Amino acid sequence: MTLTHQEAGRTPERPASAPRARRGRRSRRRWAHLVYVAPALLMYGFFVLKPLVTSVQYSLYDWNGIGPATWVGLDNYRRVLTDPDQLSIVGHAFELIIFFTAVPVFLGLVAAALMHGLPQGSFSTVARTVLFIPQVIPLVAAGIVWDWVYSSDGIANQLLSAVGLGGVTRPWLADFSAALPAVGLIGSWVMLGLCTLLLLTGINKIDPSLYEAARIDGANRFREFVHITLPGLRREIGVCVTVTMIAALASFDIIYISTQGGPGRSTMVPGVEIYRLAFTQREIGQASAMAVILMVLVLVTIVPIQRLTQRSDA
Amino acid sequence: MITTSRPSRRFLAALAVTATVALTACSAPGADESTTSDQAAGDVSTELTDKDVTLNLYLETGFPIVEELSKEFTRQNPNITFKIRSDQFAALTENAPRVMASDDAPDLIRLPTIADSASDGLLLNLDPYYEAYGWDQFPASQLEQMRVDDEGSRGSGSLYALGVGYSVTGVYYNKEIAAEIGMDEPPTTIDELEDDMAAAKAAGEQPIMQFNDIGGAAFPFQALLNQYSDPADVSDWIFQKPGATIDTDAAVEAATHLADWADKGYFTDDVNSLDYTNMVGRFAKGEGLFMFDGDWESANLDKSMGDKVGFFLMPTEEEGGEPVAMGAPNTYVVPAKAAHPDEIAYFLNWLHTDEKARQIIVDDSGAAPGGPASLPVPEVPETSLTHQTLAAAATIGESGVLTDFVANATSGIYADGIRPELQSLLDGRISPEDAVKGIQDEYESELGS
Repeated sequence: MTLTHQEAGRTPERPASAPRARRGRRSRRRWAHLVYVAPALLMYGFFVLKPLVTSVQYSLYDWNGIGPATWVGLDNYRRVLTDPDQLSIVGHAFELIIFFTAVPVFLGLVAAALMHGLPQGSFSTVARTVLFIPQVIPLVAAGIVWDWVYSSDGIANQLLSAVGLGGVTRPWLADFSAALPAVGLIGSWVMLGLCTLLLLTGINKIDPSLYEAARIDGANRFREFVHITLPGLRREIGVCVTVTMIAALASFDIIYISTQGGPGRSTMVPGVEIYRLAFTQREIGQASAMAVILMVLVLVTIVPIQRLTQRSDA
Repeated sequence: MITTSRPSRRFLAALAVTATVALTACSAPGADESTTSDQAAGDVSTELTDKDVTLNLYLETGFPIVEELSKEFTRQNPNITFKIRSDQFAALTENAPRVMASDDAPDLIRLPTIADSASDGLLLNLDPYYEAYGWDQFPASQLEQMRVDDEGSRGSGSLYALGVGYSVTGVYYNKEIAAEIGMDEPPTTIDELEDDMAAAKAAGEQPIMQFNDIGGAAFPFQALLNQYSDPADVSDWIFQKPGATIDTDAAVEAATHLADWADKGYFTDDVNSLDYTNMVGRFAKGEGLFMFDGDWESANLDKSMGDKVGFFLMPTEEEGGEPVAMGAPNTYVVPAKAAHPDEIAYFLNWLHTDEKARQIIVDDSGAAPGGPASLPVPEVPETSLTHQTLAAAATIGESGVLTDFVANATSGIYADGIRPELQSLLDGRISPEDAVKGIQDEYESELGS
């Protein structure tokens, strides 16, 4: 799009020339593009493509990272895909999607819709800042703080006791059934600010005359939200869902800091498991196989969402 | 627009494919099998050089003992200086193999699990120094854990590490709570230990303060296991002897006691998320009658609790039985690629035999200094906790048995076997039989692969 636009803009400066010469120039310019992207492409190749390819290569070997490697073909993949423990780990990642994606996108929509109506002023600035702060805090620091919040005498339990819910208090991260949702909520807290901010900018791009027309037709705020805001935000929602889903499936820092996958294996996720396989157990092959499977999983979940929300006919 | 974007996309694809082909065409990753690190035996010197030498050390953050020793060594031998790099324990153990494999490997590394690295040829075989310095004067049990044989099993074979401080574990107890529940003497049998726990619970006190966020329940678990089973079987399992198993009646009995303690509320309700630092902090503040831990905490607890804390070895099943404790040297290895093996071996020998060095080890770590059995153990104030832990270590050395930690059996057993199984056990989710079997399954899957 940008390119066609530039072409059009430049045409007047270049008086009509023979079509042949133009094509020659064009192809030269085509290669000239490559010169500009070459540095980035080299970096991309070295830091993204090469590791990707080596991971695939490692995943076919039994290797401890130092000694000799033995070719095992697809055995590493077979192990990951048939071991119920490993499969439950993948299941946890999908459970986290509820907390990393569904909750923040829903709450983000509500928050954005509410804040949209507010006049520009200190309140909306403060609200936006408060919501966005978790994005700025390093996840490791957040993990440590939440560790305290969830401890036996932490704020979470103090608040629950204060409102008369002393019966449900527990050391959240030590509880087998509560640990995964508890860790997931940390993710919701982190992702909410990002989603709200993205959606808020999206709302501001929607043509105000649409709202005006709806109001003249007698629509209330809920109807406005469903019929104007939601469809208008389709692309932004797509971005939110994509980014947060990748964060859920590839989550590492929060879990590593707060629970290390425990208690038992109740919060173990692929990211931590890959790290553990590679650096604690020194099973580079199996870790690589798990990493490749994780990448495929991310692609399989993300691509349909992209197709659905980024269609150009919208 | 479409025409301009296509070639670059094709170019990208081509690049990726070329890269893939180029890389997969390469040989398998890792070293050739032919690389060996054996050096000619006997080709070592026990004379310290008079040239200026700088030794590179790679140590664990938070344990400054080797740094203290290095300062004293430089004081005595000014031509030897030290360059020290430190990392947190996890980072250190994860980086160590790659650091040792690199061309500028340090001369000494703190390394807790040595079997894999020894098999990979990363560690210097210390046998020539053992001969040259006469380390056969050390009690054999002191060095056993640091031997690795040709099959990669520990417990026998060549010497690949030495300890800086030889630790022993047991039970710390809060003397104020003990007085409150009428416990005048440390328990001498497991039954008495459990009676004291019950009395503490009845008095509204926390019977046990134990961390288990990363599997610290292994301390009481192995303390029990050591009493119920033949310690040699436990050692065989840790040393990866062929056919060794932890799926035994003794281990089930140990796990049953542990589950029973959890069921009766002897552990804190957040035991599965309680970390080591908080455990020690809460115990030092007076919460908890017992804490299963090692002598490395004694100097620290001496400072924070004074005379309100005591230490005893895990009691035996029957009164007067042979005491068994788990303990391990804080192991240090010399990489095969170390630039100054003679000088670092001299340093290691020095810290086991020099009077001042031994005093530093005892004062700073609370652990026994090891070394030849004929040398006296450095003096510490008789009222101190360290005096009690040293006495316990001496008891084990003279008339007891020392086993390594079950957590040291394989590199992944602690995180992937012991931690999840014992956490589930304390939560009452699995039976003692399943917990023990789960640990054994993880052990076999790791050794099998």
